[in-house]
Amino acid sequence: MTNAIGLRCRECGHDYEIAPIYTCEWCFGPLEVSYDYEAITAGTSREKIASGPRSIWRYADLLPTKVNRAVDLGAGFTPLVRADRLAAALGLGEVWIKNDTMNPTNSFKDRVVAVALSQALEFGFKTAACASTGNLANAVAAHAAHAGLKSYVFVPADLEAGKIVTTAVYGGNVVAVQGNYDDVNRLCAELAGTYPWAFVNVNVRPFYAEGSRTLAFEIAEQLGWEYPDHVVVPMASGSLLTKVEKGFRELHTVGLIDAEPVVRMSGAQALGCSPIAKAWLEGADTIRPVKPDTIAKSLAIGNPADGYFALDVVRKTGGGMAAVTDDEIVDGIRLLARTEGIFAETAGGVTIATLQRLAHEGVVRRDERVVALITGHGLKTLDAVVPVAGPTATIAATMEAFTAAFDVEEL
Amino acid sequence: MAITVRIPTQLRSLSGGAAEVSLEGTTVAELLKALDAAHPGFGERLFDGTGSLRRFVNVFVAEEDIRFLDGIETGVVAGQVVSIVPAVAGG
Repeated sequence: MTNAIGLRCRECGHDYEIAPIYTCEWCFGPLEVSYDYEAITAGTSREKIASGPRSIWRYADLLPTKVNRAVDLGAGFTPLVRADRLAAALGLGEVWIKNDTMNPTNSFKDRVVAVALSQALEFGFKTAACASTGNLANAVAAHAAHAGLKSYVFVPADLEAGKIVTTAVYGGNVVAVQGNYDDVNRLCAELAGTYPWAFVNVNVRPFYAEGSRTLAFEIAEQLGWEYPDHVVVPMASGSLLTKVEKGFRELHTVGLIDAEPVVRMSGAQALGCSPIAKAWLEGADTIRPVKPDTIAKSLAIGNPADGYFALDVVRKTGGGMAAVTDDEIVDGIRLLARTEGIFAETAGGVTIATLQRLAHEGVVRRDERVVALITGHGLKTLDAVVPVAGPTATIAATMEAFTAAFDVEEL
Repeated sequence: MAITVRIPTQLRSLSGGAAEVSLEGTTVAELLKALDAAHPGFGERLFDGTGSLRRFVNVFVAEEDIRFLDGIETGVVAGQVVSIVPAVAGG
């Protein structure tokens, strides 16, 4: 039993039946899963969710795939950590970190891939594929292995070595493409028209994207079924930001929270790839693609497919956006690690640096309950912090050498 | 001179199932006009009411997004391939 009833174009509203399709035949707009919200309202409850698995599948009533088909490596239900020391450092009041580094392959992509590959099995696909900046590659390779699917993962050839290794280890095909992510993506869009594969970010993308809503469900459940006031989200395609906002609204729609959400959504980008934030800062209605040049490779999408929707959501909810430099990104990673003991990849540095910028500008306020999404683990982008994180001292193996190097107060 | 235009799956019903169409033109605008003339229906799918390319339509000349070139006025020469690709995303 699934509560998904069809696909609808987000641009023109044209309706389609559930199928592995992703763009509207009429206007090329992206398709989105539509649900029978009355059936969900009748069938779900806080108690039912609380008794469900400690993964995204506790929200199966709100996901497009039948739960008995679920590919479950344990994605989701990650810690929501109260971050008082970070809040103090930023001059803020109540800050929480949604620590999605704790997923099976250490990024939030496990959420979306679990949903996408479950749906791929539903459609009868034998092979999973994706274009990736790295995190999606890890998640697809791992979940495909778990589900017994073949996999083809296409990545830019200049990707961090760690992300190649942590994909290839799962045994699928890893194809290093000479070009940037947008080149890889264009290739995949054309391949998807030829091969009968489940391309998680192409022909099963409408289902894939739905997995991001579980972040909103979890944040609210972990706050005792309350909304936060403000959420800061990293943006690549812009999909995550729009889906988290949609998730909060759906909690009200299906009666899990009585009040309507009033959640301000803010978006974070790296200056070296900031087509959405640039449009925001310039007050423009057109998003111009860019050629990415940033250490935040997991956000390096120069032609963001959901950028227009992300702009709409941030405008509608009264949030903000910022584009932060590579130095600020590294500082953001260090600040989070030093204040909260959470090691984020470069995308997390983008989020923290943006939170810092928006706090400074007064966009994020001291009286708000703020959640920052930390979407990937620092071990994925070690290169970014190697120059600034090393031994405090290198000494001989003697007491004398230690006491000479360190003046320890508590003796 | 003939230029090859690649047709995405979603629009192949308009091109009689063909994945590639050979057309005459010196700019992207001319080619897309010729495409609509050869296979009526393409125009309304690719362009909005104001005559601009729809915002989720991407056109590439020799693998380069025309938004980095001269938009629909981008010139094309024999041997180049023009691809129409829907916007996709991921990460």
